[in-house]
Formats: sequence, structure tokens, C-alpha cells
Amino acid sequence: MNRFAELLDRLSYTPGRNDKLALIVDYFRHVPDPDRGYALAAMTGTLDFKHAKPAMIRGLIEERADPALFRWSRDYVGDTAETIALMWPVRPGVNRVPDLSEIVEELDRTSKLDMPGRIAGWLDALDETGRWALLKLITGAMRIGVSARLAKQALAQYGSLDIAEVEEVWHGLEPPYLDLFAWADGLAERPEHGTLAPFRPVMLSHPVEEADFARMDPADYRAEWKWDGIRVQAVSEGGVKRLYSRTGEDISGSFPDLIEAMRFEAAIDGELLVVRGGAVAPFSDLQQRLNRKTVGKKQLAEFPAGLRVYDLLVEDGEDLRPLPFDERRERLEAWVAARGEPRIGLSPLIPFANFDDLTELRGHAEAESVEGVMLKRGDSPYLAGRPKGYWWKWKRDPFLVDAVLLYAQRGSGRRSSFYSDYTFGVWKDGALVPVGKAYFGFTDDELKRLDRFVRDNTINSFGPVREVTHEPDKGLVLEVAFEGLQRSTRHKSGVAMRFPRINRIRWDKPPREADELGLLETMLE
Amino acid sequence: MPVPCNETAAPDVLSFMKAFTDIVCPTPKGLYCPPGDFYIDPTRPSPRAVVTHGHSDHARAGHGSVLATKETLAIMGARYGADFTPSQQAARYGERHRIGDATVWLSPAGHVLGSAQAVIEAHGRRIVVSGDYKRRPDPTCAPFEPVPCDVFITEATFGLPVFRHPDDGKEVAKALHMLDVFPERCVLIGAYALGKAQRIITLLRQGGYDAPVYIHGAMEKLCSLYESLGVELGDLRLTKDAVKGEMMSKIVIAPPSALGDRWSRRLPEPVNAFASGWMRVRARARQGGIELPLVISDHADWDELTGTLLELSPQEVWVTHGREEPLVHWAGLNGLKARPLHLAGYDEEDGEGPQGDNLKSAEDAAGEPA
Ligand SMILES: [Zn+2]
Ligand SMILES: [Zn+2]
Repeated sequence: MNRFAELLDRLSYTPGRNDKLALIVDYFRHVPDPDRGYALAAMTGTLDFKHAKPAMIRGLIEERADPALFRWSRDYVGDTAETIALMWPVRPGVNRVPDLSEIVEELDRTSKLDMPGRIAGWLDALDETGRWALLKLITGAMRIGVSARLAKQALAQYGSLDIAEVEEVWHGLEPPYLDLFAWADGLAERPEHGTLAPFRPVMLSHPVEEADFARMDPADYRAEWKWDGIRVQAVSEGGVKRLYSRTGEDISGSFPDLIEAMRFEAAIDGELLVVRGGAVAPFSDLQQRLNRKTVGKKQLAEFPAGLRVYDLLVEDGEDLRPLPFDERRERLEAWVAARGEPRIGLSPLIPFANFDDLTELRGHAEAESVEGVMLKRGDSPYLAGRPKGYWWKWKRDPFLVDAVLLYAQRGSGRRSSFYSDYTFGVWKDGALVPVGKAYFGFTDDELKRLDRFVRDNTINSFGPVREVTHEPDKGLVLEVAFEGLQRSTRHKSGVAMRFPRINRIRWDKPPREADELGLLETMLE
Repeated sequence: MPVPCNETAAPDVLSFMKAFTDIVCPTPKGLYCPPGDFYIDPTRPSPRAVVTHGHSDHARAGHGSVLATKETLAIMGARYGADFTPSQQAARYGERHRIGDATVWLSPAGHVLGSAQAVIEAHGRRIVVSGDYKRRPDPTCAPFEPVPCDVFITEATFGLPVFRHPDDGKEVAKALHMLDVFPERCVLIGAYALGKAQRIITLLRQGGYDAPVYIHGAMEKLCSLYESLGVELGDLRLTKDAVKGEMMSKIVIAPPSALGDRWSRRLPEPVNAFASGWMRVRARARQGGIELPLVISDHADWDELTGTLLELSPQEVWVTHGREEPLVHWAGLNGLKARPLHLAGYDEEDGEGPQGDNLKSAEDAAGEPA
């Protein structure tokens, strides 16, 4: 348990993605089975303990500490689990430190009645980091900045495996993943996914640049809308129905309406959208359905989920992935027509003779739910990952506004000596109101210059945040690009941007020439 | 002129402490001893001062005379120049000094090199002003010696049961482990220039780290002073004389203020570490952008504070600064009479501050140019 606790502790403080990977790989290298498998399960969110809950843990500390001292401590620390971990009275030598595997297996096995005593025993035996990790494990609120995908990536890196293959076999496997680690260690063959309806790694595209078009013959390509939804894989095999995100996370639980409509024997690739009366609703409607463990009747009725499908990977047990796109497309069209399922619609091909036709269409795409065009070669097989030369994404031009830099905050990790997070605002009734925050879109040299500007123009400091000069004739204008705009009650300006980033730094422009909030309001979705 | 005690403290506090305030009493300038007409660690210039240790919130320049250990006097000299006071009086631990109608002697406090508790005796009673102290072993200074007393005056910087400092050797081992995991980076440890920095270097040496330790220019003077006073620190080098590549997989020590400062750009991808008792609380560490919190403090933690009070069992406990209420509450539960003094002017953990303030403003004062 100590090694696992140390890993969680390190991950929680390490901002860089590559550094996190290095830590997890180091852990896999030094910790034996089955502990490392359970650690992988914890990081991928595959563990759930039904009898161990936060309220019970609070009860444990109340039996052991003076209530006033607990209250003062809780107020100071700001997190109940952490407070308990820190102030748990030490009983040296009472117990040996349990292994992670022992804890996981016992948590699964222990009855509700015996659970408090069991957890108290472990807390007695662990040090403060161990106690913190145990409480985080039990409450499921890890907050260590590691996604399931990153944990799998680390396993792939550890065993020099292809992440796509790891994702492909993942759903057939169970903690503590002995066969997976055996494969990674080169001691066994790739495990076969024993279960039905596994995830198949998806095929991804490259952004297309102006220069690429010269080398592309329009006749070789097919065009589709690039929907502004969520890429999913819907698989239904032998009665098992699963909806996967494009990274292979099982999101079936959030979409019972769609699962219900999956009456077929196939694996399809498509876009998850909210579809109301045959029309695709904006992304903000889809957000109402995301990240929910359970969905209420109201959400199901107001935000019905639907699919726009664009590829057929497996049909009645036949793997179509090696076939060229055109052949798969033919099969797909016939397949969708045969279904007659209102929630599952075909993502249409857009006819065009040359790429300029698409420029037109792309620029005027009225549909709010389209963010661009996909170009796919007619002869492309369905390949895992991001192979070069087959699929291209051609995004609609982003929205742009000129905003004024208001605050800058220090970055984290390797950026910690730079003011690299920027809050910007636009004019409203002669004053600047904050409308968003951006922390990328600039080069290293630009970052240095921005940092210099912040330091030279600070008018106020609050901890890591600096307020910079922002007067009509003194200050810095940032051209901000973003993908869309929504109403928001959480922001003072009443709007929230999607994917804002710095497009250009307007060293030349005085703040008085920055845009008005009124302009943003015309861009609302 | 000393401020009359009865005008400076709330009446209920005075009635509680009445039996002893004629020997030591709280004033806006710090603790005052009427029979000896001197202050202990005065926060403003005073005619006569007894100074417990060299941290700048306790040891200030401009007093008429200063009684302290010879190490503390040397530290003050290094900081403020040899003329920080017209009259220096070096006191050995245990050596009795008569000042007016009071007797003063110093006993080791285990806080930093030269740190002492001031033991004040008058009218047949004894009051111990502990200054800052800790109970665990520190290779850079003499260990705390408990002195039985009528009144024990304690700080409460870490006066909450969540503050329990772990084994310092294990904390330093974490920094060494980082060097293995990230061989192309350095580990930059923010540590207060007096005491903490030297203790960490010594702990690194004990942990088997023989490579050069790179130090920020602001550390140089005090490290040399420690070495001249017999604390061996091994191979120290200045970052300003080093090239980036040679500091990969090495330990660098700088004042906390230099973390995230432009100064740190000369280092190879530093892992920002911070050695402080505050690092026990995660939100604190995150707030400061710390990647590697090291819970190493020169102050007593909760167990040391409460253990010391139980060990001494004085008639009264006075709590100067920090988290006074929880410690006073605990004392009440354990049958000790305790009162908070709310003394102003003393920093939490020696000016390292509970984050933020230092980390933000320091870059402008961080000693070396960027
Ligand atoms: Zn102090
Ligand atoms: Zn001190």
C-alpha cells in the first residue's frame, strides 16, 4: 500500500503529462502483481466498493478525536478525508501495513457491519500518505489528474505495446489484469478479449492545411459533415450492448435511450448528438447528458440522444475494417436503411466536384451542430490511430474577438516561472468585463514577451495572480479564437467560450479598439 | 520606557496571569521583564534585549544591548553588520546572568544553530520563554533541554492535530528518489536561508548524497557561517557559477521566494520542492505550485507541543502566536491552565509564511539578479 500511496501522492502534485507517465511506468516496473494491477484498476476507475462510504469514515474520526479540534482542523485543511488522514491518532506497531491487493479484496468481501472496524484497522497501520490514499480509494474521489486513457498509455509505454491494442483488449479483462501485465512483460501472448462487444480502437484524422490541397485529387475523396457532438462507438454483439467514447471508456450508463435502440448485431462508428424531431441540437444540449451516473426521465425527454453514423466496422460478426471506405459506406447505407430506427440516422455524404465547392458549404454551414467537414479517401481501410494521408478534418474557421488582457496567473510545473494563464475582457458600457481565460495558442518566444509585459504592467498582485494595466490607451489586446459561445450564469459577462485560445497578440492595437460584449452576444449558439 | 503591563492585556488575561506578570508580561513590543528591565525578542528597538535565536522576526537590529548565544550574535552580525548593537553579551547555555533584580540563563531550544530558551528567575519563581523550538534531533544544533518551570511560554505555529511532521530522513529521501525518476531535471528545494537550508544539506549528506549541492547566492553567507561554526556541509557550489547541464539530477537549494521566480529559468527543468511544516496540507502546496512538498519544519509539531506541555506540567502555559485556541483548548482538556497572548510581530514559521506572500513578492527581492 505504501508504494501505491506514494504514487498517488506524487501524481497529485505533478502537473506534466509526461512526468505523470514516467511515475506510473516507474511504479509498474517496481511493484509486483497483483498490486500493480489493482493500482491500474484504481486509476482507470474500475473499482467500486459498495459498503465503504464517506459518512462512515467521518463516524470513525468522531469516535477518536475531540470534536472541537476536529472542526478547527477541518476548517484549516479544507478537505474531510485529508483531515482525517492527517489527524488519525497513531498507534505504532499495532499492525503490519496491508498490501493494496489485500485492501481491495477485503473491501469487496467485507460486510457493511464489519467495514468500519476493518477500515479503522488499516488506518491504524498506515502512515498519513497511506491513510490519505486509502480514503481517496474508498471514496472514489481521487483527483490526481490521471484519466483512464493516461493510465492505459502508461501500461502501453511500460510494455512497449501499442495503445490501440491495449484499448482493444481492455474491456474483456478484469482487475488485477494479470494476463495484461504478463503480455506487457513479454511472458505471454496478447490476451484475447473473452467478452462480447469489445471496443475497437478508432481511426482519427489530421487537420488539413491549405498546402495539402495541392496534393489531393478531389475525385479520391468523400466529404461528410464534421459534427459538433461526441465521437462514439456503438457495439451490440450477442446481446451485449455498449457505447464507448473514442478513447474506449464505457459510457453506456449515461445513454439508456440509445442502448435501448441498439437492436442490431454490429459495431458502428458515429457521432453522439441530441436529436430532437429529426434536427440536431447544439452541443450545449448534449452537455446536459454528459458525465451523469444516472439520467432522469426529464433529461431523457428533453435531451433525447441520437446517432449520426458514418462507418460500419463489424456486421454480423464480419470484420469490415480491412475493406476500402467506399465498400464500407455502401454496406453502411444499406444497413441503416434496413434498421429504420429513428434514433440512428446516416451521416450524409456531401456531393462536391472540387474543394472550392466545400469552402462555400463549409463557410455557410447553417447548422449550429457542424464544426467543419471531414475528407476521407474512398480507398481507405479502417485503421487504428492516426494514419497519415487517409482522413482529414477541415474545420470551420473559428470565431475571433479582440479582447483586453486583465489578469495573468502563473502557470504550473515547467511554466511556473511564467505568467502564462490569461484572463481577458471586452467592453461593456465603457468598462471591461471578463469573458474568458486562455493559456495556449502562443509560441515560447511570445510567452516570454507576454510574461515580460505582465511584469512590467502589473497594477495589483493577489497571490499568484497579477492584474495588469487595462485602460483605453494603455494595455494589451489579444485576438482570441474560440469554437462557440454559450449563455452562462457562472460568468459575470453572461457568456462562456468553448476552447478559447490566443490567436494573435495585437501589440499594435490600443484597448479602446477592442470589441464590445454586444458583438459576442450575436455569436451565441 | 517599558509599557506598563496592565494597559496592554485584557483584564481577564491579567487576573489569570497575575501571579507572574510582575516577572514577565506581554507588551506591544514583545515580552517584557520588569525586574530586569529587558525585553525578550523585542519587535522594536529596545534599550536591552535578550534574543532567543537569529531568525529575523526574533532578532532585530538597533537594540541598546543584546544578550544571546555566541552563534546567535554571529548570525545577527552576518545579517545586519557587526554594529547591529553597541553592546553584545555572549551567553553560554546554562551560564547565569544577573540583570537588575532578575537572573537570566539560556537553555538549548533545538530550533536552529544557537537557538535558546530564555529562563528568567525572579522573586523565587521561574518563567521559561521558549522562543521557537522543536524536539526531534537536528544535526545542525544542540537538542532542546526541558527546564522545569512555573510558567512555560510556547508558540503554537503548528497547534492543530493535523500537523505531525514525519521522519525528516524519509522526506529527504523523496527528493533523492525524484532525481532517479527524472534524471534530466534538477530538484529545486525552497528552504529558509537560516537553519532549514543547512539542516537539509546535512540530511542529504546523511542520506548518502555526496554530489555537489547547488545553492542560490542568498544562501552563501549563512552556509559559510555554519561551516565556520563547525557544521559540515560538504561540496557546495553557487548556481550562478554553474552551467545548466551540470545541475541535471542534482539538488539545488534556494530561498522559497526563488521558486517560480525568473531566477529559476537557469536551472534544468526544476522539480519545485518546498521544505516546510505547512507542506503537510495539500491545498497549501498546490497553491504555491509545489510539485514536491517536503514536510520538514524547525518548529514543534502537535505531538511535540502537547508532549512538552505534559512533560513540564507547568502551573501555567502562555501561548504567544500561531493557532493558539486549539492548543489552549487541548490544555484545558488535559488539566493545564493555559491562555493565549496574541503577540503580534512574529512570523509563522520564520517568515517562510504560510505560502503565498513570500512566493509572490519575493522574486523582486530574491537576492540574485534574474
Ligand atoms: Zn518565530
Ligand atoms: Zn525561528
